[in-house]
Amino acid sequence: MSGTFLGMPGRPGGGSRPTAPRDFPTAAEAAGRDATLRGNLRHATHTIRDKRARAVAELSDWPELRAAGAAIKDDVLLRLDSHLERLEAAVTAAGGTVHWASDAAEANRIVTELVHATGETEVIKVKSMATQEIGLNEALAEAGITAYETDLAELIVQLGDDLPSHILVPAIHRNRSEIRDIFRERMGEWGRAAPEGLTDRPAELAEAARLHLREKFLRARVGISGANFMVAETGTLVVVESEGNGRMCLTLPETLISVVGIEKVVPTWRDLEVFLQLLPRSSTAERMNPYTTMWTGTTDGDGPREFHLVLLDNGRTDVLADTVGRQALRCIRCSACLNVCPVYERAGGHAYGSAYPGPIGAILTPQLRGVGSELDASLPYASSLCGACYEVCPVAIDIPRVLVHLRERVVEGGEVTVRGSRVRLKPARGHAAERAVMRAARWALERPGVVRAGQRVAGRTRRLHPRRLPGPGAAWTASRDLPTVPAESFRQWWHRTRGPGGGSGAGDGDTSRKERS
Amino acid sequence: MTDHARGGGGGHDSREVILGRIRRALGPSGPGPGGSGAPVAPPIPRDYAVSHLPDTSEGTTDPVELLAENLADYRALVHRVDPAGLPALIARLLAARGARSVVTPPGLPDGWLPEDITRVPDDPAATAAELDAVDAVVTGCALAIAETGTIVLDGSPDQGRRRITLIPDHHLCVVRVPEQVVASVPEAMPRLVPHRPQTWISGPSATSDIELDRVEGVHGPRVLEVLLVGPTGTGAAGY
Repeated sequence: MSGTFLGMPGRPGGGSRPTAPRDFPTAAEAAGRDATLRGNLRHATHTIRDKRARAVAELSDWPELRAAGAAIKDDVLLRLDSHLERLEAAVTAAGGTVHWASDAAEANRIVTELVHATGETEVIKVKSMATQEIGLNEALAEAGITAYETDLAELIVQLGDDLPSHILVPAIHRNRSEIRDIFRERMGEWGRAAPEGLTDRPAELAEAARLHLREKFLRARVGISGANFMVAETGTLVVVESEGNGRMCLTLPETLISVVGIEKVVPTWRDLEVFLQLLPRSSTAERMNPYTTMWTGTTDGDGPREFHLVLLDNGRTDVLADTVGRQALRCIRCSACLNVCPVYERAGGHAYGSAYPGPIGAILTPQLRGVGSELDASLPYASSLCGACYEVCPVAIDIPRVLVHLRERVVEGGEVTVRGSRVRLKPARGHAAERAVMRAARWALERPGVVRAGQRVAGRTRRLHPRRLPGPGAAWTASRDLPTVPAESFRQWWHRTRGPGGGSGAGDGDTSRKERS
Repeated sequence: MTDHARGGGGGHDSREVILGRIRRALGPSGPGPGGSGAPVAPPIPRDYAVSHLPDTSEGTTDPVELLAENLADYRALVHRVDPAGLPALIARLLAARGARSVVTPPGLPDGWLPEDITRVPDDPAATAAELDAVDAVVTGCALAIAETGTIVLDGSPDQGRRRITLIPDHHLCVVRVPEQVVASVPEAMPRLVPHRPQTWISGPSATSDIELDRVEGVHGPRVLEVLLVGPTGTGAAGY
């Protein structure tokens, strides 16, 4: 079993903080009963999805941009070794130092040693999925280093001893009055306390965060970031943000350490013209995000004197080895797929049990970690395969296709790459009934006479059908009623009304499958 | 070949481990040692638009007009002025917010700032706390992008170090129009020098982290004023 760590530590003895869920259905069921959470998520995802649709509609060439974005990322993946070597040479030539980390433990060790070398015990951080994935804050804390999150939502999560639940808006599960309560109760323990009489107006809450964080920005000597893009040709790193906390972390400290997944490289400077159009509109639904910082190594007298880039594998090369699943590595972390997903809207981000929630998490997490655990084996099922995620994806990741591919791997087992070595995955337990049903279905569907006979029997015996299935089928009907079988099948109706020769207009029965919301 | 760098601790070992994993993952048809050497990635389709300036009844939209509109849409305060009127406009905007001190990049043209204001030079020895005590900053820019309402700073002498446009709470940015305005991001890229540290600014800092409700003014300057300097037709100072 893979030991790849993707955040969500169990945190023994850790207060009210949510712990890693056992599997997706259990966690999703609990989340579905929380009316406040459901309300918060529904409001937020519906607001952003409508705005995104308007921002995308402004660009008539969106399909062409999307195709270019996907093609650039495919090029990155198919020549990843040479792009990384080129990037390393360019960053080094510009005064930076490049480190390679094969897994989370190694990345954490490198960063911890770099911070120790500065003699500092505090660092400021700009929101980064990669450092969340490897559990960097926890590793630093064990080494006696305090990491201050400076993104407003990450601050809310950190002060609330909570976990992020969305890629873009990590505190999307909290409403304004919950945030006010967290600020009132916890800010004082971490630094400057919340102002007296703080209300739940968003502008006032943002002002409280500004005051709380400002003293940290102005005194910090070490900053830690991720990056949205790294340009192989020039060695330039790009961080896209809104609040200005990114600029603070990237320019004020003397030492900057960036932890970046190896798939974030893009070949050329020009390629940024595609992603700087695709990302802001897909993610915050803006023509452009308020601030973008681009830096190449170090610059005399401007910004950090020391720059370290930690290139992170942590399972990415295993994903690369899967020719169907590797498209998940195109992801630019915009979170558009979360905002349109009916399952995410009801289950929330915590149910996915990793730093990467939503549809992209359902395909990325099991591939990065391997589908060895119960949670990971359940993630490919955290979808209704409605296809909305694929439609909004700015780099055209066919999430439904990868989900089906991963379900097959869970059920049938097969060859996967774990830590660079080919291993044979055993079929997951508990899917024996599914395997039997699929085999039976394949047999029956290849024999039309059998299907006809079966439907006739089902129609005639429909009064006898139970509401709940017995045996292994009980799990399926635990949360659903068994659909009522009509007295007459479509096939029988067609035969009766149009005669055995059929007629024109065949295929009407298929339209409902094609409709996607 | 050992595949576990954990015990080794050397970054160099992990470099070889990761590159080796990539080459194995891509298989024998991929490039690199052991492969056939033929790159397998298809060419990138670049048939997306170079710009998206909307057509109007009088022809194509003026990029300067579109820039002004998009900057204002993201809550930057936009002013238009001819070169002769610029110093008076800067003086008026600083006075309107009670600014008494201004950080000045080394290449800021003489005569832009009023006589009675305290000038704080962009000094690498100054601390962040010292900059925090300054009221405003006045800079030029590298270029501006009309479609996205973006100004780009690249650390040139009229713009200074990145932190001087970050810490003071009031940023006045001068854009020479029309020559510094491009229509789109694809038009901007070839005009920018990758090795210069860049800051792209599209409106004042903002957050949507509380219920996705947009709030302007978090950590960056809470007031961003963009001064479009060029022939205005009327010669009057600003709107």
